[in-house]
Amino acid sequence: MASPEEIVDALAGMALFADLSRPELEGVAHAFEEQFFPSGERVIRQGVSGSAFHVILEGDAEVVVDGERRATLGRGDFFGEVSVLLGEVPVADVVATRPLRTLVLPGPSIQEWLVAHPKVTFRMLQAQARRLRSANQWRS
Amino acid sequence: MAELSRRGDDRPYPPGSYPVVVVGSGPGGLQLSYALTRLGVRHAVISADDAPGGMFRRWPLFQRLLSWTKPYASVEPGSRVHERYDWNSLIADEPPNRAIMAEFMDGTSSFPSRPEMERNLAAFAERTGTLVRYGCSWTATRRKAGKSGETFVLETSDGDYECEAAVFAIGVAEPRMATTPGIERAVHYADTREAKSYAGKRVLIIGKANSAFEVASGLLPWARGIALVSPSTAKLSVNTRSLVGVRARYVQPYEDHVLGGGVAIVDAAIARLEPAGDGATRVALRRTDGGSDLDIVVDDVIAATGFVAPTLDLPKLGVAVVGRSEVPAQTPYWESATVPGIYFAGTISQGAAGLQKHGLPANSGAVHGARYNARVLARYLARTRFDATEPQPRIAPGELVDRLLDQASTSPELWHQRSYLAWVATRAEDGGWLDGGIEPLAAILDAPGPDAVVLAIESDAAGRIYPVVYLRTARGTTERPIEPDPLLEFAGPDQRRQVADAVAAVRR
Repeated sequence: MASPEEIVDALAGMALFADLSRPELEGVAHAFEEQFFPSGERVIRQGVSGSAFHVILEGDAEVVVDGERRATLGRGDFFGEVSVLLGEVPVADVVATRPLRTLVLPGPSIQEWLVAHPKVTFRMLQAQARRLRSANQWRS
Repeated sequence: MAELSRRGDDRPYPPGSYPVVVVGSGPGGLQLSYALTRLGVRHAVISADDAPGGMFRRWPLFQRLLSWTKPYASVEPGSRVHERYDWNSLIADEPPNRAIMAEFMDGTSSFPSRPEMERNLAAFAERTGTLVRYGCSWTATRRKAGKSGETFVLETSDGDYECEAAVFAIGVAEPRMATTPGIERAVHYADTREAKSYAGKRVLIIGKANSAFEVASGLLPWARGIALVSPSTAKLSVNTRSLVGVRARYVQPYEDHVLGGGVAIVDAAIARLEPAGDGATRVALRRTDGGSDLDIVVDDVIAATGFVAPTLDLPKLGVAVVGRSEVPAQTPYWESATVPGIYFAGTISQGAAGLQKHGLPANSGAVHGARYNARVLARYLARTRFDATEPQPRIAPGELVDRLLDQASTSPELWHQRSYLAWVATRAEDGGWLDGGIEPLAAILDAPGPDAVVLAIESDAAGRIYPVVYLRTARGTTERPIEPDPLLEFAGPDQRRQVADAVAAVRR
């Protein structure tokens, strides 16, 4: 991994970007930075501000709150948007559990980017609705 | 090479076994070797070049840097705080070898010319006695099982070098070309001709980063028309409030674009390049901003598509690389994230991304960031591999707040490497505080250890610059931003009260 073409191919297979044309996907691949985290490294830190929005290209991560594992994330999943959208510090750690490659969009860029890509915003809303439904089912 | 072979026998560091081998004689290799020498760590430095300077022996193309040195800044030249205003000198402990860049500048600009920068680096090597085996090309790398664990063997044009730790300070300066069909009709930035040869030509530049805008700036007086094309929108450093984006010196083509002055800036992916008769090239564009596809016919295409790290066979050895620049992925201490024992210094140290808080990267890709990374790396190598642990000086009772305020006001490391390098005070067993020096912020926040008070300088998306005190305790990590100051002076009564409150919280 990962040539720009390979990244575009990977994005094309993800639900979040399913409605974008090939040139739009190339724009996404260009606007996002790729990052790599070895297993065990923290990607987002609970209580530490200024984090970013990540989409997983490869590898796995877990969501940890106060040392307790709450969820696992894999290829095509995204994280970091809640603290960015709310302008609050993250309430969880996200830790790589296998070598992790993500595409990253810095927090300050997210609003403009989501407004410019409403089809992605809709898909993100769908994913959030599913997470909310799962959380409600878990509670009931 | 004939000259080299004549003086070959008196070159330093012949092939053999060394605890550490450093590859490269640009700013990163020189700075690391200097710091290792000061710590007493035996090492060799090899370089394929025949003189010091690295990429500055060749670039930037239009011969003037993007990094300033201000000899008449309001602080004493050669002081630690002066390093905030001198981005180009390497850092030495001895006063005569500090802040030497200004000696070589002729006063026409606060940005040195390329030859001035090259002379500055050569003078640092000469005055500090930093030795390099020049004309020695690293050609391959392999692992070797030894009695005391695995070692690395670096094959070179002069023979094999065996080492416990290899540090690659090899830059990110190998031209990168896209794989677009017909790309052979373009030349890379590195092969751009003399500016006046573009007189009256229509030029399309692929890319919108600094190298693209540098070329566009250089061709403005000559070209008939210029188009800058890439899939994403142009970013300007004055908007990102960081080194991300086109620097102010190269913004002229952008202004010409917005004023309709013969420069087009287009958000599009390039589908293909094809002949258009009379030596011209038709460039087919697929707009990424939702607009219709577009063909542009030009006389010349220049691919300012950046550079990659010349990692040779390191990926085959298991070194993971990341991003368009294919920079090795690194731990917070600049060790390969996938192959322990392989480290990086210089501009390639940007592969340890750090926290990038609020989207602002560290300055590791530039001399004024990488020089501090190299010094921290030298200390890390000394203490983790050679048992050369420096004692942590004790902070006198009641002085912790003063020390934090002093670091916030004067530390060039914290200033240039925001949210990246931090000053650390750790709790001693008797409850006092120890000066842990400068360390990578990510490493300190994530490491287990005694209670610590950690200070970084940070910026946010609004461009405010302010200190942040982190408290690392068994209960977790908390951060306490200190109010920004319009004059960037962080030692006033308000800051003192806020820092004192933060420190009091860790005591509770």
